[in-house]
Amino acid sequence: MDIVALLVIVVVLVAVVAIVATPLRGTHRERASSEAADRVAELEARKEAKYREIRDAEMDLRTGKLSVEDHRVLDRQLRAEAVVILKALDDAGAEVP
Amino acid sequence: MATVGRALLILALVVALYGVAASIYGAVRRRDDWIASGRRSVYAIAALVTGAFAILEFAFLRSDFTFATVASHSSTTTPAFYKAAAAWSSQEGSLLLWLWLLSLWSSLVLFFTRRQLRIVTPWATAVLLGFAAFFASLLVFKETPFALLAVAPAEGAGLNPLLRHPSMMIHPPMLYSGYTLFTIPFAFAIGALVTRQVRAADWIRATRRFALAAWLFLGIGILLGARWSYSELGWGGYWAWDPVENASLLPWLTGTALIHSIMIQEKRGMLKIWNVSLVLATGTLAILGTFLVRSGILDSIHAFGASTLGVPFVILIGVMIGGSIALVVWRREALRSENRLDSLLSREAIFLLNNLVLVAMAFVVFWGTFWPLIAEALTGTRRALGPPWFDKYTVPLAIMLVLLSGIGPVIAWRKATVANARRNFLLPAVAAIGLGAVLSAFGAASRPLALAMFVCGAFVVASVGQEFWRGVGVRRAMTGEGPLRALRSLVARNRRRYGGYLVHVGMALLFVGVAASSAFNNARDVRLVPGQTMRVGDHDFTYAQATSRVSTSRSGALEKISFGAVVDVRRDGEKIVTLRPERSYFPSRDIAGLGPVGRFFEGEATSEIGLKAGFRRDLWAAMTPDIRKLMPTIQEGDRVFAAAAGKLPPELEGQALGAALSGIVNRYIASEPAATFRVISSPLVTWIWLGAIVVFLGGLIALWPGPDAARRRVTARYSARVAEELGRA
Repeated sequence: MDIVALLVIVVVLVAVVAIVATPLRGTHRERASSEAADRVAELEARKEAKYREIRDAEMDLRTGKLSVEDHRVLDRQLRAEAVVILKALDDAGAEVP
Repeated sequence: MATVGRALLILALVVALYGVAASIYGAVRRRDDWIASGRRSVYAIAALVTGAFAILEFAFLRSDFTFATVASHSSTTTPAFYKAAAAWSSQEGSLLLWLWLLSLWSSLVLFFTRRQLRIVTPWATAVLLGFAAFFASLLVFKETPFALLAVAPAEGAGLNPLLRHPSMMIHPPMLYSGYTLFTIPFAFAIGALVTRQVRAADWIRATRRFALAAWLFLGIGILLGARWSYSELGWGGYWAWDPVENASLLPWLTGTALIHSIMIQEKRGMLKIWNVSLVLATGTLAILGTFLVRSGILDSIHAFGASTLGVPFVILIGVMIGGSIALVVWRREALRSENRLDSLLSREAIFLLNNLVLVAMAFVVFWGTFWPLIAEALTGTRRALGPPWFDKYTVPLAIMLVLLSGIGPVIAWRKATVANARRNFLLPAVAAIGLGAVLSAFGAASRPLALAMFVCGAFVVASVGQEFWRGVGVRRAMTGEGPLRALRSLVARNRRRYGGYLVHVGMALLFVGVAASSAFNNARDVRLVPGQTMRVGDHDFTYAQATSRVSTSRSGALEKISFGAVVDVRRDGEKIVTLRPERSYFPSRDIAGLGPVGRFFEGEATSEIGLKAGFRRDLWAAMTPDIRKLMPTIQEGDRVFAAAAGKLPPELEGQALGAALSGIVNRYIASEPAATFRVISSPLVTWIWLGAIVVFLGGLIALWPGPDAARRRVTARYSARVAEELGRA
């Protein structure tokens, strides 16, 4: 094995160990955010998905796929589900230190 | 450099194994530092494999024949464009490409989900690293791309001429991207099942975009393969139900079912067992497809032939199937639906039906593909099922699928009333039936299945057109925007919905093209001599004259001999186009026992087709020259060269060979040679490629991150930052 190849392999090995082991040293900057903050992010995603459903239902009403009565029932249900998510979002937000 | 490449792969294997252990330890002990270390292992593997792949590519580009794989799959005369692609024409190179794409896509998904799904992601990371370890171990222990030859040959064997086609440059990376991307939802499903996080649809939401990308890439790969078959293989078709083609179609079919049914889970919390099973089946079928190409267990033009990779793959697939079933059974309680189907007249019901049709198609394709093995196990005789068997079952299912893709967009979620259904279906139904009546009047009724497909295709185009029309109308009423601006904002506000609708239109065009070109094509195989004419459909094809040439590479080396034909095509006596099909002969790689002249007629031969593609009809011609009259001349040439062996300096020998080949091609022209032609007049083939482009555009629109997603990521990022900074203070 030539010396250049050996040097390249050693440099790569050191770099890989540095990349992989950095989180284990405890001083790395990529400290994970708290579980509560992650929960907030997930609830935000759910909220946006629910809002999208409400907008879709509105579009379905306007394009004639849903009757006024069906839309009223559906919209009420979707908004109730959105409220549950918003409450959970408030609770999760309160837990964020 | 080969040593460095091999070391990078060994390192990748070690890091993958470490990453599996770190991720699982972090998940079990809830240690963020170990979880992050596991995730970083994926990034490190991506960097290592990128390095290894770059070394291999560099070896191909500079024709370094000390690498065994370069010597056997490239040559100095191979154009640079194809040298780059030659890297994945070998078993070992394509395995490296697989691992490289897997590591890149895995890195991307783990980067985007690094602050989401904290419980599921470490397990998903472990699964992805498990796949990486599997492929890295194959590359280290079974099929290394960095094997060296003791003595490097002066010239390589060259790339298989059949693979010298532009689409072959993109086809494998697209297929492998599809396969590797389908392992991502698989990994997250395993993570969700292990951690019991299957009630919420968060893991589906986080990986949905990757499933869609997998579906799109795989679809593009399949279509590029079909295009290659149509324009390169010389038989005139684009789909032959070949086992390897089928292997790529299987995960695409279940993936199509998946991207529809996950919407039901997202919106209604239903079909959880079905969805997770589809995810697991699609991931497993992606690996099965990879296995079929490499194991050589089924005969295929696309396969790499017999290899020693069968056993490891069978073990992996066995673990995937067994583990998947065990996990689904273990978590069956958590996978119970939260809601029930409100009505059979709803989008959920249509999606469910669409899923059943797609899974039925997948089952038919699976059964037909593996029938040779099943038959061999039962009767001791291997028997393959041909296209008629596949067509018998898949054609009715495809018609049903197209019809459902037209119904889906115009029916409401949860429950549609009869009155609303009537209002939404009237126009598309009238358009479809009207077209059916017109086509019947022109004779299309003679092919009822094709007619049914045309009617269903028209229904899809009309229903989607109506959706866009009404949507634009609503936007204009709400905002006062002009039609184009309203259309743009309509799509931008719901890219997933309207991108998906466009995909439906593209698929309808594609299926109409398939139906028309299959049911109404005229094909003939005829032997002609110059001056003779044959009639195919409404067209007269005249073999006007023979052509021939010797091609040399840029370096002046003799590359191939081509014999062709000039074919004039007339309709009603009027000349409409001239086609120039050609058959090219490449020298055999195995030179033992062959003379320098005869070598050109014992190697690979490729067809360059003559094609006039049109919106209404393709005129396609391929030819096989009758070179029997040339055989005495070829044998005489070999005898002369054998007698002169060692007496001529190499450069003079090359010149003499060039002169001999030129003499042969001139003699061919002078002999007024006969040739066997395959001529096809086929309607609407172009619609297949146009439909594919529309599908691609629709898929891109659906994949493109919407403003909602961007805003959500920003919100999540700020939330995380606030938490982090407050924690530090």
